[in-house]
Amino acid sequence: MRSKSFLQCSLLMSAAVVLALSLPARAQLSTVQLETWLNSPAATSHIGDITGNAKAAAPDYRRYCVGCHGEMGDGNGENTPWLDPKPRDFQLAVFKCRSTPTGTLPTDEDLFNTIARGLDRSNMPIWNTFTKDERADLVAWIKHFSPRWQNEKAGAPIQIPPEPEVTPERVKAGQEVFGRVQCWKCHGVEGMANGPSAATLTDDLGRPILPYNFTDGSRPKCGETDRDIYKIFMTGLDGTPMPSFADNIKPDEAWDLVFYLRTLQPHNPFNAKEKQIAKQLGLKPVSPQ
Amino acid sequence: MIASRRNLAGSLLLLLLVLGCFQNANALPAFARKYGLRCSACHESWPMLNYFGQKFKDNGYQLMHDRDAPIWQNPSYWPVTFRITPIWHRVSNNKVAEDVVPTTATGAPTVERRLESSGFDLSGLDFHTGGTLEKNISFYVLPSSDNTASFHFETVMGRLDNLFGSPWLNVKFGKFELDNLLSEKRILTLTGIGGVYRTYHFSPVGDGNFFGQIGDNQLGVEVMGHSANDRTRYSAALLSSVDGQVGLPYGSNAYSGFFTASQAFDTGKLGVQRIGFYAMVGEAPVTFQTLGGVPIPGSGIGNKGFHREGFVGQFYFGQHFDIQVVTQHGWDNAWFGQGYGGGAPLNAVPGTTLPVGAQAPTWNGALFEAHYVYSPQLIFIGRFEAERVSQQANGSASATPFPSNLGNTTAYVIGYRYNPFMTSRAGFAWHNEYAFMHQDLTSTFGNNVNSSELLIGFDFDF
Repeated sequence: MRSKSFLQCSLLMSAAVVLALSLPARAQLSTVQLETWLNSPAATSHIGDITGNAKAAAPDYRRYCVGCHGEMGDGNGENTPWLDPKPRDFQLAVFKCRSTPTGTLPTDEDLFNTIARGLDRSNMPIWNTFTKDERADLVAWIKHFSPRWQNEKAGAPIQIPPEPEVTPERVKAGQEVFGRVQCWKCHGVEGMANGPSAATLTDDLGRPILPYNFTDGSRPKCGETDRDIYKIFMTGLDGTPMPSFADNIKPDEAWDLVFYLRTLQPHNPFNAKEKQIAKQLGLKPVSPQ
Repeated sequence: MIASRRNLAGSLLLLLLVLGCFQNANALPAFARKYGLRCSACHESWPMLNYFGQKFKDNGYQLMHDRDAPIWQNPSYWPVTFRITPIWHRVSNNKVAEDVVPTTATGAPTVERRLESSGFDLSGLDFHTGGTLEKNISFYVLPSSDNTASFHFETVMGRLDNLFGSPWLNVKFGKFELDNLLSEKRILTLTGIGGVYRTYHFSPVGDGNFFGQIGDNQLGVEVMGHSANDRTRYSAALLSSVDGQVGLPYGSNAYSGFFTASQAFDTGKLGVQRIGFYAMVGEAPVTFQTLGGVPIPGSGIGNKGFHREGFVGQFYFGQHFDIQVVTQHGWDNAWFGQGYGGGAPLNAVPGTTLPVGAQAPTWNGALFEAHYVYSPQLIFIGRFEAERVSQQANGSASATPFPSNLGNTTAYVIGYRYNPFMTSRAGFAWHNEYAFMHQDLTSTFGNNVNSSELLIGFDFDF
């Protein structure tokens, strides 16, 4: 009998010890400043009628994100040395996929969509297993890593005119834009990411970076729809050499460029019409001259 | 009492020292190493999958981005993980038949007494190797040993995923775990009693049908599909009725089917809830060709039917607490109820008839498993299972009717797993568990049997 009670006591006591041992790990994120911020109204995100709460996201961030993005959100998790491209540094608050003008903060919805979409050609998985509320919570949590979110408001989403009908004229005009703004310098004349500047590109932190290859079938980082492609060159991919062309390309021309880029994607299921037009026109790659 | 306190203080000190020593451990479990994700990304607590891990598995061990194909890996990458668990455990059974006094003679008077034993021990050793051979083509091979290093193949399968570009069509072929959402192969408890789901293996007393164990890996082919976010899932498997044993040892033409479907629902802050059902419908032989009166392996004919079906629920209450529920209704043909099904010693040769009062054994069962996830590094587990026979194999008209509660089983287990570190390189858990099982009237002398086991150990994989 004594033996039995000893065993039961041991079980309970060792459970208590283990509980105590696990506390410091959680305390790594629990600074006084963080607690203050977590209890402030700023520690929220708003996506449609969903309100995300940063406090609720802490366990999910620790479970799913911290290995790459790090406890401090500086993109310096334990896996970072082995990853290419490197994980996002949330302390800089510079994001590629935005609906807002270059240099501005993204909207909550931009971050919300990026989490669910994942980022092809990186180690960022598709986190569509979260509920919408969980994703909104994570968006709120991400914002605590940089003071930019306290000092600036997110940019206003750019206006995207309705998508026009694809025509041969528009595809040809898109090719003209492709040549004029020198997309080919990085992406190559056939969109194969082999332009003359491709090998020299670095991101804002000086790390080598590759331009997007339109021909290899990979998903564009910031979404697959025509509107997503439109947004990329009208907002730029901040932190990368991909600039915003909002000052160089008119909205109508931007749609033309979208249609031309579709002709460079042999594996894309959404571009049958553009490819057919390119075939009819006998479209040849732009000339660097 | 003083000695007990000293022992307790000593054991706690030892525990602290041991846990402290392992803070910097480093290792390379196969999938986590490939993708650079922590164990916690895919496991509620390893080895149990969370929703994201289930989606990864359903996608053929792929995250569904361009890093899935092995060409992205360093050529030295070798997707192998081993797992083993050194333990201390104490096992107790209150009704073990023994000679009244130890003797070398046979036929001495016997009695039922409690038997307890304790000591240091080992689990078996598993070598998991799995991953993609190419985008959308994957494999899993698991040589597994018992604790004497006697190996068998627990899993050997190839998978073709996203056929015709659709997540709704994936095929696996070989020996694999059935599509149980609450996976027994990923169970969080390790004792002999708590290390299996009783509901997945229940069989009435005297029943010869061991083919319907949904917890065992089976040989066959499975078609499964799911929505892009895995909210909706289905699977249908055609299996040989051999309970996963190689060499076709039983029927010459006996197959079973296993079918599942489930739907998950987004419930906001509570998380994702899932409900579904499963059904196993099959047949297996009770008659074998013989040579010299000895059944010939693989010659079974005279198939008889069986089925098990039930509901599955996975209910989450925020990020810390969840309850998993599985129910089962089981039915075996009366021949199985009389012990036929495995060949020797019972073979339903021509002329054999069922005894008077023989009837199809039928039962109902349920298991409830709750988890409190304090953090990804610490999980508390509690499980309750109950199996109740609703129709015994020997009915009231039988010469030897079975009591209505014969074989009824109740089991529970409580425990916790603490991972002193959480990286993408290794899994290590300090595991502590207590399991108890009560079975009605199943001892040699027809008494109730109570079994229990206490276990402490290091569960690790690398």
